Amino acid sequence: MIRESSLALADAVYRKTIAAGGYWMEHVKAGQTLRIIDLEGNQAADTLFYSAADPSERYSAENTIREQGNIYLTVGSRLLSQDGNLMLEITADTVGRHDTLGGACATESNTVRYALEKKTMHACRDSWLLAVAENDHYGLGKRDIAHNINFFMNVPVTPDGGLTFEDGLSAPGKYVEMRAAMDIIVLISNCPQLNNPCNAFNPTPIEVVVWDETQSS
Amino acid sequence: MRAQDILYRDELPGGKHWSMVLRRGLALRLIDKDGGANVGMLFYNPTNPLERYNAPDTLKCQHCFKLTRGNCLYSDMGRIFCSIIEDSVGWHDTVCGSSTKASIAARWGLRDYQSARNDWTQNGHDSFLVEAAKYGLGRRDLAANVNWFSKVTVDGNGKLAFDPTNSRPGGKVTLRFEMDTLVLLHTCPHPLDPAADYPRRPVIYELFKADPVTGDDLCRNFRPENARGFENNRLYHLCSTGSEG
Repeated sequence: MIRESSLALADAVYRKTIAAGGYWMEHVKAGQTLRIIDLEGNQAADTLFYSAADPSERYSAENTIREQGNIYLTVGSRLLSQDGNLMLEITADTVGRHDTLGGACATESNTVRYALEKKTMHACRDSWLLAVAENDHYGLGKRDIAHNINFFMNVPVTPDGGLTFEDGLSAPGKYVEMRAAMDIIVLISNCPQLNNPCNAFNPTPIEVVVWDETQSS
Repeated sequence: MRAQDILYRDELPGGKHWSMVLRRGLALRLIDKDGGANVGMLFYNPTNPLERYNAPDTLKCQHCFKLTRGNCLYSDMGRIFCSIIEDSVGWHDTVCGSSTKASIAARWGLRDYQSARNDWTQNGHDSFLVEAAKYGLGRRDLAANVNWFSKVTVDGNGKLAFDPTNSRPGGKVTLRFEMDTLVLLHTCPHPLDPAADYPRRPVIYELFKADPVTGDDLCRNFRPENARGFENNRLYHLCSTGSEG
């Protein structure tokens, strides 16, 4: 569902551009609103969420999909943890549909999907592993790298059980916005994939923006 | 398959859990005795449990949403834990996760052990936690699981629908293990099962020695991706055992 935000960039308390191939790992407090902007279009923002109070509690794609009875994420989607707790809720979306089935690229899965020679090409899971290693005060490791959201990606399922990777519905400047229901650690890999036509083989920057609760309400 | 080739045969009642380490070359056949069963399953590398079943990789590598004959189940390291060499059911879910204590209580009410003894209403999530703990694994190590025998479809708008008629009595699915694998399993209800009462469906499982994988193998040739997955396994066994055999 398309719904524009009423928040103004001038009121934001935080803005940061993330280059393709980079990661962003920061706190978002309960009540704050996080916007991710697809600056140049058809990018994938591979995103994981953890509870700041207990990082062993994390986003669960399975619980989120099952409890909303739908595989796509958009306005109204309640992003749940593996304990069934509400972590964030999507409050605005100018894209209309985001994926949480397709997972993240990895050097190893690239060998299977594309070619064995692709194994040294940069991938989202490498960015995440570096992120948790460089932020080891959280106590996170590879076991915490679970199934993610691909904001801006379009991965439809066919009625006979096929999975397709369609061109993104996203475009330059489109965004998705979500309000945190608990204190969250956000971990985004801005996808470096060079082998997938869905980003026209051209990974591009994204921007993250945060508003305080006073602006959000 | 001749009956004498079956090396082990057992039955798990509905609503129970178990685990085992299966060696490369063994096959595990699951049989839905009465129809309507669900078997939740997770897979780990027993020598490095950080390598584990990855449902998103499994789906996107094979461009599928359902699992059936010909599909391979991938680890997050680009290797194949097992291949589906036989399937009379046609659709198995790996997206909808596990039932929980809360979801069981909401749908059917809790029957605790004190009052119901072993007819208590166990759930998939806690079953995995118990089995995982036997190998030093915990809640952080759980991932999206397979739900054998369960079918969940998706319409054009992304809406999920559970099909309660998917698995008939005697339905079977057989996994051929392509590397040594720790298997956690439970027979608790699928989290979307709308049954009026807590479904308690028994599952028979059989172990036998699989025929060697040949060049014309269905699973290896099911998609070009799977040939590369098998090549990753070949390199893994070459490195870890010093031989390709």
